[in-house]
Amino acid sequence: MNPVSTPAAPVVTHHSTGLQPGEGAPGTMREHHDHHELGFLRKYVFSVDHKIIGLQFLFSGLVFLVLGGLMAMAIRYQLAWPWKPMPGLSWMFPATGGAITPEFYTMLFTMHGTIMIFFVIIPLLTGAFGNFLIPLMIGAPDMAFPKLNMFGYWAMWPAFVLILMGFFVEGGHAAGGWTSYPPLSTIESAAPGSLSGQTYWLMSLTWVGVSSMMGAVNYVTTIVKMRAPGMTMMRMPLSVWGLMIAAFLQLFALPVLTAASIMQLLDRVIDTGFFTPTNLIVNNLTPDSFAHGMPAAAAGGQPLLWQHLFWFYSHPAVYILVVPAMGFTSDILAVHARKPIFGYKPMVYSMAAIAGLGFIVWGHHMFTSGMNPALGMSFMVATIMIALPSAIKVFNWLGTLWGGRIRLNSPMLFAIGFVSMFIIGGLSGIWMAATPVDIYIHDTYIVVAHFHYVVFAGSMFAIFSAIYHWYPKMFGRVMNETLGKIHFVGTFIFTNCTFYMMHQLGVAGLMRRTADPYAYDVYAHLQPLNEFITLSAFCMFAWQIFFVVNFFHSLFWGYRVGRNPWEANSLEWDAPSPPGHGNFDAPLLVHRGPYEYSSPEVAEDYLPQTRTV
Amino acid sequence: MMRLIAFLLLLAVPVLGVWTFVTAADNNWWFPPAYSTFAPDIDWLFDFIMYMVAFTFVVTEVALAWFVLKYSAKRHDKGVFTHGSHKLEMIWTAIPAVALLVIAFTQMETFANIKFASGFPTQGRFTREKPIAQVWASQFDWRVRYPGDDGVLGTVDDLEAAYEFVVPVNEDVVFELRSRDVIHSWFVPEFRLKQDALPGHTIPVWFNATKEGSYDLVCAELCGWGHYKMSGRVRVVSAQEFEAYQADLKAKWFSNGKE
Ligand code: HEM
Ligand SMILES: [Cu+2]
Repeated sequence: MNPVSTPAAPVVTHHSTGLQPGEGAPGTMREHHDHHELGFLRKYVFSVDHKIIGLQFLFSGLVFLVLGGLMAMAIRYQLAWPWKPMPGLSWMFPATGGAITPEFYTMLFTMHGTIMIFFVIIPLLTGAFGNFLIPLMIGAPDMAFPKLNMFGYWAMWPAFVLILMGFFVEGGHAAGGWTSYPPLSTIESAAPGSLSGQTYWLMSLTWVGVSSMMGAVNYVTTIVKMRAPGMTMMRMPLSVWGLMIAAFLQLFALPVLTAASIMQLLDRVIDTGFFTPTNLIVNNLTPDSFAHGMPAAAAGGQPLLWQHLFWFYSHPAVYILVVPAMGFTSDILAVHARKPIFGYKPMVYSMAAIAGLGFIVWGHHMFTSGMNPALGMSFMVATIMIALPSAIKVFNWLGTLWGGRIRLNSPMLFAIGFVSMFIIGGLSGIWMAATPVDIYIHDTYIVVAHFHYVVFAGSMFAIFSAIYHWYPKMFGRVMNETLGKIHFVGTFIFTNCTFYMMHQLGVAGLMRRTADPYAYDVYAHLQPLNEFITLSAFCMFAWQIFFVVNFFHSLFWGYRVGRNPWEANSLEWDAPSPPGHGNFDAPLLVHRGPYEYSSPEVAEDYLPQTRTV
Repeated sequence: MMRLIAFLLLLAVPVLGVWTFVTAADNNWWFPPAYSTFAPDIDWLFDFIMYMVAFTFVVTEVALAWFVLKYSAKRHDKGVFTHGSHKLEMIWTAIPAVALLVIAFTQMETFANIKFASGFPTQGRFTREKPIAQVWASQFDWRVRYPGDDGVLGTVDDLEAAYEFVVPVNEDVVFELRSRDVIHSWFVPEFRLKQDALPGHTIPVWFNATKEGSYDLVCAELCGWGHYKMSGRVRVVSAQEFEAYQADLKAKWFSNGKE
């Protein structure tokens, strides 16, 4: 069993899926040298193995996905049928017989956004797949700092506990939006969620930051120092590039968010007044929080300061949400199109350019904030230019599919879905980057449509795709193809029905974060469209049952596969499925890049990175 | 089978996507009417970007659908072995770069007109030089303070009104936007104008309403649990009506025993 020198025997491939029949029992690694049995706790709970840590991130991320998704359904219910009792939920809101209250609505969208960004997408992309893939793809036995890696996951637990506790405090959870603009978020009398929910929110996010920081240090070090012999930087799969670039974004941007959150926390608990302007009158009172001793007239703070600091992190953060997804998509498209990635170097440079430009565009969230309009001009130009590397990536993905031998299996379908919908999200960014147009569409549903196209239809589709694609490596079994295809078709249709129509709401001027817009004359006619969107969203949510069933069913009854079921080139497919502790059972030597599909050098249509020809 | 389904799904995106935009006006899913001097400019810029975007959207989405249909694994030869093309990369970098720069530079004049002009209201640009009012946002209502007879804000003859902001038609109106508590945003969809009210700041805003009528004034920045109901009205009237309104307000205000 030496994958380095075994020439791949011609194999019979099932064409529509590309799956190879099982090649030998998985887990050949089990009798690996000096292997000693670890107890259950050390092996699955306090594990230092990057693969287990990756799976831990995967499972906790999926649990939060369900929670965040349920909140989205409640939001959509309210927007279609404002103040109507929700069937079966009268126990939650006894006072209203099951109808959402306005306070609860503000909390819902605040926590929906927070959970989806900080507890689902970032942990799934960088935590789950970053951990699982980086060492395997560069041919390392584990991360550079396995213990730090373990702490990185366990630092998420204080965050989990705090974010969940926040729901049960007086006044409810934070309700100032995921952006938490002060003074709404800092003055206790300004919103029920600002009583103490916001404090839990800030503490929780600080822990998420600690976790991400540990992860980022580890990823960069591992990629720089631990690549297998022959694995030059320019032979790395684009997933690894995406993850490394995201890690750099974390390293440089996160400290700013951490500092800003601590400033906001200090504003809340000891009235430092960083973000509190002088002489506020909230609820006809000078703010209660000034009871700690500082007179309102001395506050001396600036609400805009928070916006600058927050977006200085959170704009790069939206690229953390997508650059790894772009990497996965590139890899998955190449594997299943049986073609080299089109323009490897432009792909790397464009990811780097997105990340670099990503640091100088944060002001595009502030065009109407009262910031100096001259700044708006320069932020506009930088923002519009960031569409360029995004466009280059799209063209290269199309180039990769062109002339391919596309196997339309579940991972490929989701990857193609990503490309289709990322185009929409990227293009709508241009309207919003255009300052005069953004004066009108800022904080309308166009923004909501835009970021759901990039984050849900984009990143979440890439995550589904990655799960289908790397599931065999994680568990030694494949997911069911039929269910996977059904999952794709429904999700693709309902995602578009839900989010595309939001552009129309936005053009009509409908603002986001509004519990009952129909009280306004200008918006009254939009209710039927909102009902349609809500019904689509419900269908989309329900449709995920196909994924849940498939995921758990395949864990136990999935079709067993060998090392390389997709006939792919990158190093993770040289390891057993699932890889044991230490990952590889033979020394690796890398001869080429990971994209030599359909090469004329060999008879098969793939040429693993380790094979000698 | 899957190939055909995928092709149709992917093709449906540009087809239905364009159809939605084409029929949007008929379905009333489109802009509210444009009733300020710069509203048509903004709509024009929106459309300008839309045509460029629509072109890219249709070309890329159709290509994607087409490739999925055409390049199937059912063919028994190998795929095209290529790592890319320098020439193509140059083309699809340079052309979008130029298009994007064109988009960026066409925006600037309108933005400057909307944003900078109100910062320098004393340069003879406006038909009314002095702020016509101060608009105060607070949880969850709008209040307006007019300067009264002396035309100066912050003096004893100031007049106050709640909920409704009355302005003369076809005049450049500058007002000062302020917030008493948290951040709010002053938004009138028909004017295409949105500006956050920032506590601690006084922000000059201008517009010129082109049609008499009463419009929804919407708070567009989350300001607390009652954000959804923070509504107001902007009523656009003729110059005479505006004077009459001011006189009326004055009579009401001083008979109510102010000062
Ligand atoms: C093609 C490149 C892109 C451009 C030009 C662009 C532009 C913009 C602009 C101008 C805004 C602010 C709109 C407003 O609030 O009025 C915005 C919002 C947003 N964008 Fe993008 N964007 C791009 C790509 C992305 C990507 C790839 C992601 C994430 C994966 C993303 C995520 C977001 C999010 C989450 C928001 C909303 C934040 C909020 O207000 O809550 N964008 N984008
Ligand atoms: Cu941004």
